[in-house]
Order: sequence, then structure tokens, then C-alpha cells
Amino acid sequence: MRVWRGDAKGGAFKEFRVPTEEGMVVLDVIHKIQATQAADLAVRWNCKAGKCGSCSAEVNGRPRLMCMARMNLFPAGEPITVAPMKTFPLIRDLVTDVSFNYEVAKTIPAFKPGRAEPDGTFRMMQEDIDRGQEFHKCIECFLCQNVCHVIRDHPENKPMFGGPRFFVRLAALEMHPMDTDARAEYLRLKAGLGFCNITKCCTEVCPEHIKITDNAIIPLKERVVTEHYDPVVWLFRKLSGRR
Amino acid sequence: MALDKHEAHEFDVVVIGAGGAGLRAAIEASAQGAKTALICKSLLGKAHTVMAEGGIAAALGNIYPEDNWKVHFRDTMRGGKLLNNWRMAQLHAQEAPDRVRELEAWGALFDRTADGRILQRDFGGHRYARLAHVGDRTGLEMIRTLQQHAVHKGIDVFMECTITGLLKDGGRVCGAFGYWRESGRFVAFKTKAVVLATGGIGKAWKFSSNSWEYTGDGVTLALDAGAHLIDMECYQFHPTGMVWPPSVRGILVTEGVRGDGGTLKNALGERFMFKYIPDFFRAETADTEEEADRWYTDKKNNRRTPDLLPRDEVARAINAEVKAGRGSPHGGVFLDIASRRDAEYIKRRLPSMYHQFKELADVDITKEPMEVGPTAHYMNGGVRVDADTATTAVPGLFAAGEVAGGLHGANRLGGNSLSDLLVFGRRAGLHAAQYAKNFKGTLTVDAGQVEALARECLEPFERRGGENPYAIHQDLQECMQSLVGIIRTEGELKKALEELTSLRERCRRIKINGNRNFNPAWHLALDLRSLLTVSEAVTRAALERKESRGGHTRDDYPKADPELGKVNVVVRKAGDELTVIREPRPEMPQELKTLLAGDK
Ligand SMILES: Cc1cc2nc3c(=O)[nH]c(=O)nc-3n(C[C@H](O)[C@H](O)[C@H](O)COP(=O)(O)OP(=O)(O)OC[C@H]3O[C@@H](n4cnc5c(N)ncnc54)[C@H](O)[C@@H]3O)c2cc1C
Ligand code: SF4
Ligand code: SF4
Ligand code: FES
Repeated sequence: MRVWRGDAKGGAFKEFRVPTEEGMVVLDVIHKIQATQAADLAVRWNCKAGKCGSCSAEVNGRPRLMCMARMNLFPAGEPITVAPMKTFPLIRDLVTDVSFNYEVAKTIPAFKPGRAEPDGTFRMMQEDIDRGQEFHKCIECFLCQNVCHVIRDHPENKPMFGGPRFFVRLAALEMHPMDTDARAEYLRLKAGLGFCNITKCCTEVCPEHIKITDNAIIPLKERVVTEHYDPVVWLFRKLSGRR
Repeated sequence: MALDKHEAHEFDVVVIGAGGAGLRAAIEASAQGAKTALICKSLLGKAHTVMAEGGIAAALGNIYPEDNWKVHFRDTMRGGKLLNNWRMAQLHAQEAPDRVRELEAWGALFDRTADGRILQRDFGGHRYARLAHVGDRTGLEMIRTLQQHAVHKGIDVFMECTITGLLKDGGRVCGAFGYWRESGRFVAFKTKAVVLATGGIGKAWKFSSNSWEYTGDGVTLALDAGAHLIDMECYQFHPTGMVWPPSVRGILVTEGVRGDGGTLKNALGERFMFKYIPDFFRAETADTEEEADRWYTDKKNNRRTPDLLPRDEVARAINAEVKAGRGSPHGGVFLDIASRRDAEYIKRRLPSMYHQFKELADVDITKEPMEVGPTAHYMNGGVRVDADTATTAVPGLFAAGEVAGGLHGANRLGGNSLSDLLVFGRRAGLHAAQYAKNFKGTLTVDAGQVEALARECLEPFERRGGENPYAIHQDLQECMQSLVGIIRTEGELKKALEELTSLRERCRRIKINGNRNFNPAWHLALDLRSLLTVSEAVTRAALERKESRGGHTRDDYPKADPELGKVNVVVRKAGDELTVIREPRPEMPQELKTLLAGDK
């Protein structure tokens, strides 16, 4: 297995040979390397079951959770390449600085519930929250943020772009049956929804199979258009070649 | 403040731990006007709470209007084999429904009943369907809701920052000291109050549902500061962890599988739990398969299936079946929902179990049974606290969540942890803030204490020895798994103490190479100190309780001893030694005794 070793100053892939057992995942191999060959190999993980979203990396170029990547997915004998997520600044080895995401999270207008029933509880029908529950499955692995070209290829866009994870979050808020806030302005001006040109790369990598583009982004775009049609932004989009 | 050498901060309340308990405590403390910090070893939102699956227990009475706090109280006490702190059990049962509704008001989306209220599911030891849930990812919903609520409350969050020691001014807590994992740089906090919400100790065992974070840091911080532990011997082994393939052994399979109709079978295809109904629960447990199956839909006229006996009972039964040679091919038993519920239902109710088995074990749980066996899961005991205020024996030090003991007695019921986090997290935050507000004296941080902690952290870099922390951790896990596991004997426990001593020796020879930037070997070397301390606490407490009760089973004392049921085993630190004594349990008021004695 070829694993990236290095920090912000530089680094290189280093080759490790590890005997595998039945059922192993990439993260198991990384742990074996730590225990026997490179004690200080830096990696994040927690649940080892695809629930916490800590162990994101790029395995053979594909962004995925290392704890859910079975070794038998890869042809035996061929080297497997494990690299850190590219979009975020490298801290060390496989660990990146994902604080961008936590900064965006702080700016999102909070849930603003309407009035509860007289007994103090909410009545919501299952069919009205199915979509919201889909969005709440997000484990904040930030793989979608990692593949989105708007920030992957253009880090300078980060201050103006929330990214797919946060479009999912905003869609969850907007579609919450009890929510009363209006976030169209935020979406347009701060979250940079307009930068998204629906390439669907985010949806492809989401380990929770959230249909980020179809179910979150497109409905949000429609909302923004109906709630606030702004010719300046429209013109900007046209001129910059974005849809 | 004599801290100029290191990064330093000053707060009213410092909350250590950002799982459900820590987040809820921080939200409350800051709502009370306290300047609040929230510190965690991982990124925010990755704490254990995120992994919780089955649900939050609260007597909302949405499915069974007969349910109320009294029934919940009774179930909790009986599940804990009456070793529980009765006042905690009472407050927990009374306040859990409000805490769940509060989560909903903060944006959580629980699964619904047909008339749009919160749906509740069956779980082990709960008389009525009581667990508010979101499929099998309830913890994710809970931590995200709390996290998103907390973000707007002006709490200062310190992520990937590990606390290694508490600072004291005389008898009081006055701060905390630790390091940033990213840079290895030290950071000191001066504060009037500290809330410990650091969770459990499951990484002491080889087969465990817990993550790397569960090294018992909070328990050790508390002991070092002078607080007391109770019920450490009653560690919980969850009956159903994955057993195959080897690399996933221990990963949890939610009790919700049984709550939703799954049943345990041995290699002969027998539903063996019917053979293991203890006298204590006989009157309320179905003794035929027909009654057990009817119970899922008609709870009034039927008794609960033995598949949903409390966890200690089920774990012991599985252990016995495997020992008797009736286990599954990989040393577990079968958990079958495929033959009992249709695929659509299974995928809707248990999506992450479906996914987990499919991806990790090539098993389709809608078509085949799962193979499961016991896995180290939850610290029933922990730091002793005052029920109402969550105060420990040390002024200024509070504790809530899994790190605190008392509520669950000798065995926790499923779902009672998430509700525990909310109820006592809130109380800890509230009382820590009030304590900070009322504290009028001055606190001084002693530079000597800070420097001693800093030196201790750096030792592994400076040594000559050649020990590898990963190897020591592995040996510790082997030791605890084989000698301090589900079934214990005096001889094995004594042997474990000897091994722990030699592991401690080896720890002193750990040598860390490389630098301080995100160096997991160094992090583990530091965490090993707490792992060894908690392992010793569990082992010593287990020696002291010469009976079998709840999570603690002694082969040499297989029965419960009514006299020992009246005491808690208390662990303290005196100098460098851990001391163990028995102390009487607080006496329960008459009206609660009546509740316990009540029907059945
Ligand atoms: C797989 C699984 C499924 C579960 N399912 C359920 C369920 O369905 N229902 C239920 O009620 N319970 C369930 N539980 C139990 C429950 O999830 C946990 O007991 C509970 O989440 C613990 O919460 P906590 O707030 O006490 O600690 P945690 O959520 O574990 O948080 C501990 C925090 O402390 C921090 N910390 C620890 N040490 C330090 C240190 N030295 N310095 C700084 N920070 C530190 C950690 O970083 C973390 O943020 C489950 C547990 C597991 C593992
Ligand atoms: S669909 Fe939009 S948000 Fe998703 S990756 Fe493409 S540009 Fe980014
Ligand atoms: S939306 Fe999917 S890919 Fe993006 S952070 Fe959430 S779980 Fe990960
Ligand atoms: S370790 Fe939690 S998602 Fe991989």
C-alpha cells in the first residue's frame, strides 16, 4: 500500500507491505502500519462502521471512507494508493484541516420553530419529514466538499461558497415542517448557491447516499429563483459562463 | 496567572467532552450566563454519541398511554439489579420526556406515529415501547441537533485538544491542562468549574464497540483530583456485537434488531433465550414462543420476549451457548430477523445495520441471519456524583454522561444512556454555572502543577527505552479480555492485577520517535496511563464484589448476595494507590419502595 506521508511543507508516497486477513478494510491496514511500521502515521477515525465520518481519504483517487473500503474491492497484489483529501490544507499524513466546514456551519441561520400544539409538542407527519430525514443522515465526512470543483480547483471561492454539505443542511432547514425562517438571501449571497453548476460529483461520493443535487440543491435553486429573482446575479452567472 | 509559558484561557465553566452530555452541559452553562468552553479529543460531532443507534428512552406515553415516569423508574431500577442511585433513577425518568421534546424543538426529526407524534420502539428491559428514535441512527440526530443548537450560543469550542490533568487550588478545582493534537503544543485553562463528560473506558478490552477515544481519561482525571468511583466492576458487555470477519469483531449490532422482531438462535436453530429466564424476571417474561411473538403487537395480554431481557442476562446466555458448543461457525450465535420480518420493513427500520453487514461482512440481513456475540460496550459505574447537582466529591468538579456512575446500577437498560446524557448533562451545566456564579473567592493556578503535567507529557520523547505503545495496548486488551471479561474468578482477577503491574512498568519505557505534530503514537502513550488506571479500578472492584450482579459475574460466587446488594464498591486514590471499600447505598424513601414492590 502506498500511503502519503508528509505535512504542509511537503511529502511523498511511501510504500508499505502488509499481510491482509479476511474482511479487512483500508483503515485496518493503516492501523497495522501504525502498530508495526510507522508509529506516528497520522489518521483520523472513530466508529469504524461508517457512522462518524472521520476517516475520509482518497483511495486510488476516489474519495471515500477508509473504514468502509474493503480490501477485496481492489485487485490483489496491486498497490493501493491512500492520499489525504485534496481540498483541505494538509496537517500531516492523512489528516487535513477541515476547519473551513466548521466556520461555514457557524454562519447558517438557525432553526426557527413555529408554534407548538397546546400540549407543547409538535405534530408532523412521517411523509412530511422523510426528505428532512434523508438530509439528517449526513455524517459530515466532507467528502462532497472535497470533490466539489468550485472549491477543489478554486480555493479562492471558499469565502463565498458553503459547499454541498451545507446545501444539504440548508435544505433540511428549509424543508423542516416547523421552520419559519427564510434563507433565500443567505443562500444567494453568502452560501453561493449560484456557483454550483450541478455536476453531481458530490452526490456520487456521498457515503450516506443522500441525493445532494436532485433533492437538496435543485429545489433550493428553485426556491431562490422564486423568492428572489435578481438580474445582477443572473447576469454575472451568464458572463462567467456558469449556468 | 503563572501560565505565560503556554497558551492560556480563562473561563467560568470548562466542559471536557463534546458528546451528548458535554454539549447539553455547555448549552445550559452558557444559557445561565457563564463563559463556557467545550473541549474534545476528536472533531466536533464525532464523539461516541454519534454512533448510538437504537434510541432515547423516555416515558412519553405516545404508544402506550399507560407508560409514565413511575414505570420507567421501576424498569431502570430492576434492570440495574437495584444497585442504582434511586434519586438519579427518579430524576431521569421524570425529566427524560421534557429533554426529548426539547430536542424536537431544536430541530430533531424523530420517526413519527400515524397521528404525527414521536414514535417509540421496544427495547430490552423496558415494559412499554419507549425509545424515541430515528431508524437506527438516533445518536447522529441527537448530536447534530445539539451541535447545531450550540453553535449559535457563544460557546468556545476547542477541538482535537486532549486534557491530561486538572489543576487545583487547595481542595478546589481551578483549571485544566492539555495539548493540541495537531501541534502538540500545550494549553492551560483557568476556570471556576469543570464538567467532566468524557464518556467511557471500552478500549481496555479487545472486542469492543467503542472508539479510540474511550480510554477512561475522565475517570482518571477525577480520581487524580480526589473524586470517588462507584460500581466499576459492573462493566456492561453488550450481547450483540459483530463476530465476523475478524477485523470488525466487536462493532455493535443494535438491540433494535430484537426490538423490531429479531430473535436469537443457536446452531441447532433453537430460540435458546427461553432456557435462560432468571427468577427475578420470570413473572414478566413470556415462556413460550407463541406468547413472545404475540407480545410485539399486544403488550396487554402477553409478556415480553426473553430475547429482550436486560443485556447482562442475554450476554451471559450467549456466552453459555457458545461454551456448550452450540455456537455459530465463528464463535457467536445467530440473530435472525430475515425469517421474521419482510425485507422492506428491515431496510426501513434498520438501514445502517443493513448497510453495515452488507458492506463489511457480505451478509444480507434481509435474507440471512447475522452472527453476533458479546462486546465491551458501556461503563455502568463511574465517577460518583450527587444526583441533583452532578457534583463530585471535589468542589468545582462536576460529571455527567457515561463517565458518571449511579443511575444505571449494576446494568444499564438500552436507551437509558442517551436520556441520561440530556437529563444530567443539563443538570451538570446548570449547577456548574451556578457554582461559578456564587464562587466569590480567588483562584490561583500553581505554575508548579502546570510544569509537572507538561514534563510528564514530554517524558516519552526523552526516554531511552524501546517499548511500543501499540504493543502494550494490545497486551492490555488481551489481559482484560481474557481475565476481566464477562465471567470472572478470584484467581484470574489476581493474575490480571499482576499483569497490569508489569504493563505499567513497560509503559515507563515507552519511547516515542518523531515530533509532536499529530503523532498518534504519542497520543496513545499518554492515553495508556488512564487505560491502565481504569483497568486496575475495574479489576480491584471486581475482586471486592464477591457475588454476581448485573454486569458483574463471578464464577466462584454465581449467586446474588442480598447483603452486597446494599452496598456500592467505592474506589479512591490515596497517594499512588487505588483503595477499595464498600459503602452503604443511599436509603430509598418509602413511596419509591412501594413503586418497586408494586404490580408484578
Ligand atoms: C455503537 C454504540 C451504540 C449505542 N447505542 C445506544 C442507544 O441506542 N441508546 C443509548 O441510550 N445509548 C447507546 N449507546 C451508548 C451511548 O451512545 C454512550 O454511552 C453515550 O453516547 C456517551 O455519551 P457521553 O456524552 O457521555 O460521551 P461521548 O459521546 O463518548 O463523548 C465523550 C467526549 O469526551 C471527549 N474526551 C474524552 N476524553 C477527553 C480528554 N482527555 N480531553 C478532552 N476531551 C475528551 C471525547 O472527545 C468526546 O467528545 C451506544 C454506544 C455505542 C458505542
Ligand atoms: S453538484 Fe454543485 S455542489 Fe455538487 S459537486 Fe457539483 S458544483 Fe459542487
Ligand atoms: S452530504 Fe454526504 S458526502 Fe457530504 S458530508 Fe454529508 S455524508 Fe458526507
Ligand atoms: S471511522 Fe467513522 S466513518 Fe470511518
